[in-house]
Amino acid sequence: MTNSHNFSRRGVLKGGLAGILATGVAPLMFTRGAYAQEFCNAPSGDSVTLGFNMPLTGAYADEGADQQRAYELAVEHLNGGGDGGLIPTFSSKTLKGSGILGKKVAFVTGDDQTKADAGRDSARRMIERDGAVMITGGSSSAVAIAEQGLCQEMGVIYMAGLTHSNDTTGKDKKKYGFRHFFNAYQSGIALGPVLGEAYGKDRVAYHLTADYTWGWTQEESMIKATEALGWKTMPPVRTPVGAGDFSQYITPFLNSGADVLVLNHYGFDGVNSITQAVQFGLRDRQANGKNVEIVLPLVSDLMAKGAGEAIKGVYGTANWDWQLTDEASKAFTKSFGAKYGQPPSQIAQTSYVQVLLYADAVERAGTFYPPEVIKALEGYEFDGLGNGPTLYRAADHQCFKDVYVVKGKDAPSNPYDLLEVVGTASRDSVTYDPAIFGGELGPDTPAKC
Amino acid sequence: MDAILAQLLNGLDKGGAYALIALGLTLVFGTLGVVNFAHGALFMLGAFCAVSFRYLITLETVTVDPTQTTAWGTALEVRTPLAQTWFGDWGAVLIDWSVPLSILLAIPVMLLVGIVMERGLIKHFYKRPHAEQILVTFGLAIVLQEIVKAIFGPNPISQAMPSALRGATDVGALIGLAPGALTYPLWRLIYFLFSAGVIAAVFAFLRFTTFGMVVRAGMADRETVGLLGINIDRRFTIMFGLAAVVAGLAGVMYTPLLPPNYHQGMDFLVLSFVVVVVGGMGSLPGAVAAGFLLGILQSFASMNQIKSIIPGIDQIIIYLTAVVILLVRPRGLFGRRGMMEN
Repeated sequence: MTNSHNFSRRGVLKGGLAGILATGVAPLMFTRGAYAQEFCNAPSGDSVTLGFNMPLTGAYADEGADQQRAYELAVEHLNGGGDGGLIPTFSSKTLKGSGILGKKVAFVTGDDQTKADAGRDSARRMIERDGAVMITGGSSSAVAIAEQGLCQEMGVIYMAGLTHSNDTTGKDKKKYGFRHFFNAYQSGIALGPVLGEAYGKDRVAYHLTADYTWGWTQEESMIKATEALGWKTMPPVRTPVGAGDFSQYITPFLNSGADVLVLNHYGFDGVNSITQAVQFGLRDRQANGKNVEIVLPLVSDLMAKGAGEAIKGVYGTANWDWQLTDEASKAFTKSFGAKYGQPPSQIAQTSYVQVLLYADAVERAGTFYPPEVIKALEGYEFDGLGNGPTLYRAADHQCFKDVYVVKGKDAPSNPYDLLEVVGTASRDSVTYDPAIFGGELGPDTPAKC
Repeated sequence: MDAILAQLLNGLDKGGAYALIALGLTLVFGTLGVVNFAHGALFMLGAFCAVSFRYLITLETVTVDPTQTTAWGTALEVRTPLAQTWFGDWGAVLIDWSVPLSILLAIPVMLLVGIVMERGLIKHFYKRPHAEQILVTFGLAIVLQEIVKAIFGPNPISQAMPSALRGATDVGALIGLAPGALTYPLWRLIYFLFSAGVIAAVFAFLRFTTFGMVVRAGMADRETVGLLGINIDRRFTIMFGLAAVVAGLAGVMYTPLLPPNYHQGMDFLVLSFVVVVVGGMGSLPGAVAAGFLLGILQSFASMNQIKSIIPGIDQIIIYLTAVVILLVRPRGLFGRRGMMEN
């Protein structure tokens, strides 16, 4: 209290001026409209750094490896290399293969180890040490939500990779976070009618659920969708992520009276649990006078490859499949296949598309300044990236597009022909009221990290 | 009742793996007095013997099928394993049975690894405090797993079981239950029988051979056996190799149940160490009994009926049991007086 009277006018002026000069912001004081240097990691040189954070180890490491391939391909295309991939098919024509706003795209990578704390640490390192202006990644919703929260605090845009929990753009949504991938709620809407048609209305489901945000929301969404058909549900069983051996959770299914096993597992967990379930002879079993069935609500090519024979005839949903026949999907598969000798998985597609969408938003905004980039992405309607007409909804930063129902192929014609698209849920049918999941986006105030 | 029997069977096959690893851990501790934290890594190396064996027999020739084109415009590559090219149908059988056959590779490899490990590193730590032994063996475990990661990558590599042994068998019918009441995967039953067989063989070796008798005498009183002019160190080195073989075989046979990855050893090590402590440090029957006991408890704790009473019990049951046993019987189930107490 007393100190406040000791400031002299001269002292304050001298100190303030010295501070302004020392921090080097003097020339910018009167150019607020240009917002340069006023946000975290504003690119200053002739290159811009993006941070790619993915699980290179842990339960989702297979996904992470494919994600990295996609990110590197996206950077190559943004910088004018290769065949341009999806740039020519993209409805927005701002990308010219000359980087982003004329700056060459550079990147740093990190391993989130399929763990939220490791992912957050890795993202923080990329922001603080490597100067990443945008972070993308996450093959686990727990990781994605943790990274998204961090990015909100640090004022860095987060383009989520594979994250399927309703919470990512529901109760945990953030102004700085954007998700192209679909979610568990949409899986339920898409898969419900197909399951009803294939397995009937009188079924008893038994859920094994990965014990974290994604598993819980997928379980909830699947129960809602199947109970609407008339199915009954046994009390769900929660299983730890990365458990490896799920046999102790599968054994109680055998005498439970249930006739459908729903595996809310992803990555290696999904591969292990479905393989072990088949080893238990579930496929040849009958319960309640019906054949026992297995459902894997979220399935990918990588999981299908890992599960081999066990995936045949199993229903699930996917964000995208390389065998889709639209021009964009064909172009992406061709570009990815030519570089890596294998078709891209759905995680590769969503990761690649997210990088392009960010680059395009920056081009349209004419700046890397996050609040402007956010505005460019919010409510953005686009096409030509493999999912048909798509909307980035402003209210929750969730993309709305068709959702695909896939099935493990009974007679694959080649080693990559593992899943077939058996149904499509239209964008309208999977659109929901953002209010049902609650949450607040929060402010778009830029931070200086 | 059927549900309880199924869960019991599940506990037995899990317990089989725990018991085999804990048996080796106890053999090393009982003979050499070393707490070998690299023992889990030996289980992992065993699993990778199966992976390597499969790699070797599935080395392939790549031919291009010009009639089929990939979606990215290149001709489809057709891969034919050399074993199949050379031996025809027998090659296919060889590949099909690669996991059990890789035992033939795992035994000499693991024996060698065990002996080299003991002679090359661990023998220098006999007279050091237990804490230092733990540190050096733990470090060794990390080195081994990083080597495996560098060679085989971080991802699990699935190993198929022989096609004849896939699927489930009707165990219930064998014990007089209604058909289909109790079915269980064949390979898991084989794993249980295999582990029981290996355990019986190790016990028989120690009980009925002169070599085993000397080793048992050495475990009881190393100094006196040495004074009798017997080179007990050499025998103990061989026991270390044997412990490595036991862990390795447990790893080989486990591969179809869980695709091996580089950090698998660590996952099992902690569990097995708890098994040894529960069984009683240095007690071979204790290790086996505790292995099966904890396997069964873990299996039962995973049932929803139990989990609804105590949520998350499946995650902590093993440690909870260890706490209770140590409170009630501080030396473990079959622990001997004087072990780790000086």
